[in-house]
Amino acid sequence: MNFDDTPQEAEFRATARAWIGANAPKQYEEELRKSSLGRTVLKNANILEVAKAWQKKKADAGWACLHWPKEYGGRGSSPIERVIWSQEEGPFGQLSRMFIIGHGMCGPTMMAFAREEHKRTYLPPLASGEKVWCQLFSEPAGGSDVAGLRTRAEKDGNDWVINGQKIWTSGAHYSDYGILLTRTDPTVPKHKGLTMFFLDMKSPGVEVRPIKQASGASDFNEVYFTNVRIPDHQRLGEVGDGWNVSLTTLMNERSAIGAAVSTGFPELFEYCSSLMLDDGPAIEDRAVRSKLANWAVKASGLKYTSMRAISALSKGERPGPENSIGKLVAGSMIQDVATYALDLQGAGGVVSGEDGELAGRFQAMLLRAPGTRVEGGTDEIMRNIIAERVLGLPGDIRVDKDVPFNKIPTKGRG
Amino acid sequence: MNFDFSDDQKQLRDQARKFLAEKCPPKAVRVVLDGKAPYDKELWKGLAEMGFLGVAIPEEFGGAGAGHLELCVIAEEMGRANAPVPFSSTVYLAAEALLIAGSDAQKKKWLPAIASGEAIGTLALFEGKGNPSPRNVKLTAANGVLNGVKKPVADGAIADFAVVAARTGSSGRDNDISLFLVDLKAGGVEVKSLTNLDPTRGQAEITFRDAKAEPLGAAGEGWGILTQVLDRAAVLCAFEQVGGSDRALEMGRDYALDRIAFGRQIGSFQAVKHMLADMYVSATLARSNSYYGAWALSTNAAELPEAAAAARISATQAFQHCAKNNIQVHGGMGFTWEFDCHMYYRRANAMALGLGSLSYWEDQLIDRMRKKNAA
Ligand SMILES: Cc1cc2nc3c(=O)[nH]c(=O)nc-3n(C[C@H](O)[C@H](O)[C@H](O)COP(=O)(O)OP(=O)(O)OC[C@H]3O[C@@H](n4cnc5c(N)ncnc54)[C@H](O)[C@@H]3O)c2cc1C
Repeated sequence: MNFDDTPQEAEFRATARAWIGANAPKQYEEELRKSSLGRTVLKNANILEVAKAWQKKKADAGWACLHWPKEYGGRGSSPIERVIWSQEEGPFGQLSRMFIIGHGMCGPTMMAFAREEHKRTYLPPLASGEKVWCQLFSEPAGGSDVAGLRTRAEKDGNDWVINGQKIWTSGAHYSDYGILLTRTDPTVPKHKGLTMFFLDMKSPGVEVRPIKQASGASDFNEVYFTNVRIPDHQRLGEVGDGWNVSLTTLMNERSAIGAAVSTGFPELFEYCSSLMLDDGPAIEDRAVRSKLANWAVKASGLKYTSMRAISALSKGERPGPENSIGKLVAGSMIQDVATYALDLQGAGGVVSGEDGELAGRFQAMLLRAPGTRVEGGTDEIMRNIIAERVLGLPGDIRVDKDVPFNKIPTKGRG
Repeated sequence: MNFDFSDDQKQLRDQARKFLAEKCPPKAVRVVLDGKAPYDKELWKGLAEMGFLGVAIPEEFGGAGAGHLELCVIAEEMGRANAPVPFSSTVYLAAEALLIAGSDAQKKKWLPAIASGEAIGTLALFEGKGNPSPRNVKLTAANGVLNGVKKPVADGAIADFAVVAARTGSSGRDNDISLFLVDLKAGGVEVKSLTNLDPTRGQAEITFRDAKAEPLGAAGEGWGILTQVLDRAAVLCAFEQVGGSDRALEMGRDYALDRIAFGRQIGSFQAVKHMLADMYVSATLARSNSYYGAWALSTNAAELPEAAAAARISATQAFQHCAKNNIQVHGGMGFTWEFDCHMYYRRANAMALGLGSLSYWEDQLIDRMRKKNAA
């Protein structure tokens, strides 16, 4: 057990630090440092442009998508180097949140299932942030039950013709490409009739409509497909094997999101360290300390759990469903942390945005937090995964398992 | 960075697990639980023979000199087996106090005896309700003798010697406290067994009446030494708690697979699945925090105080959480004396108090985090 850098790791860290020190967009450091989940705003700049510029700079110098192979625009780094990089990148790392779906899910799925020439064409500009990707899985009829989706793909010559609707597609409004899960055969049980593609979001017949979220922001969208044509060579995996392909995406999703979710703890600790309550500093209050300590050990537990996962990865072990716990724990934690921070503000806690305490930092967190518990698989689905795949408990009873998809009921009542 | 035990250490874990599965089945634990013996003497002897008692004691003092990571590995297995032996009091508390503050002569006298299983030691700190604090130490030391009452003292009724915290000053500061070594079989010492939550590890009241004592460490340094001892023990106990959590989770999982209700395995009901998933989550967080503690302990890193408190809190919560929900998963069976669930429930709740309560460690953690941030 060793927590210190090896000489090699220390050298990597020093190189990374020097490069970041010389190249990062320092003018935004302060704003990024003060941001948090739900509140990453740059007052005088378009954050997407700033993010793209930073990603491009990293890519040109060989610092983009560290763990990807070099030929696809990465660096071929070890998992540990990736951690060191993110420690050194600090607040600037938040800028790459824009690319998390592309880098964390679409890229790995392409790597596993796309043709070699497509990998070489599409992956480097994805790594460098020049092209943004989105993930078109969820539908009104298929969220947790992804395999319940209804968007049809029908073969026509060498093309597939797509009709249907996706929903909750993060970043679709600024995405160039997407990976798309469709139904190619409605007459077989639901998991067997799916096929995966990737497509150009500018294809004729694709319409993206932003949805206003509960938080007030609009990060996700509805996407409509009307006779959209996708050439067959953009199919990922076999016809009818879309479920398996999507599992690769979802596994990667869990580790990508799991590693990146915020807990809100550093923000709360910093806040309580300076906050004065009616009868003294918050950090000296018995009740406050107890709350903080409980969240502190959750936050550190998550941190060291991911370090353990990375150690296992570097020994060649595969990432397991254990990664599900990151999002599960952090999701409700950040919600509770935000609620508590507002409680400490008393009646004044109701004021949000620029008018609020700390420019509404915790208010924004509170309003964004519910999404964390839903996106990338709900808390309940995460618990199912742990129970079934880690603990080996029986799967949920599936009444639709052997039923042809077009015979499955579509509404709970009436 | 490598955040895992080495292959050798994992091999040691397997060895310890196998040994304990054979020598310390629940049936053996029950002999002590039912009051038929104060501890499992055979097991204690066996642990000594395996070299487990002295695993972190240097070779020059009769130990294996392996180190604290190895001790963490063994601790986890002791917790998993719910071993009814005075391991924590002797090995984490008494031996560590000697290692930190003992004179050469004291180490030579007691450490080989610990490693060979001949001597059981303990720490006599508490005096009734309350958490570790210099203020709560009322027992006095003067002219080489102690006067006062300690309670509860873990394994006090079977211990051969104790490290005793005593008041030697009245300045109102930490340096009023000094530590002493007392031979509990000598005169002036009266020991009474106390009933307690977890009979598999006894508790006692010890009355000292002009009991002869020799200083352990410099006068007035007692509180500083104790803090170090408690931090180290916090990490080691955390491993026992992690072992206990895992075992409780495993028992719950196994029962959920075996028991049928409403025509289904109860493990197919989502409420049960999710309860077990949450147990897994808390056990995993505790394990990860404990690994960090193990690293800090084994390297004597500046992070140890904070890491120890975090491991302590996380592991205490996890063990309590897993032990109570293990009973819930077992339903009525879980509440019978016959099923083993309550042994872990008892151990979890006794261990939650042994080094000071959860709220005490919460307080410590925040203090330490503040200090680090201020530095
Ligand atoms: C912020 C945000 C961003 C997102 N981004 C994307 C994206 O980029 N691309 C994309 O494809 N999707 C995206 N999603 C969609 C997300 O994956 C789904 O919302 C999620 O999987 C849940 O599906 P649902 O909304 O249909 O809820 P439902 O599946 O209808 O769930 C409703 C409730 O039922 C529970 N439930 C459902 N099934 C079970 C079960 N088997 N056991 C126990 N409880 C169950 C759920 O836990 C939940 O509480 C995003 C969602 C959010 C909130």
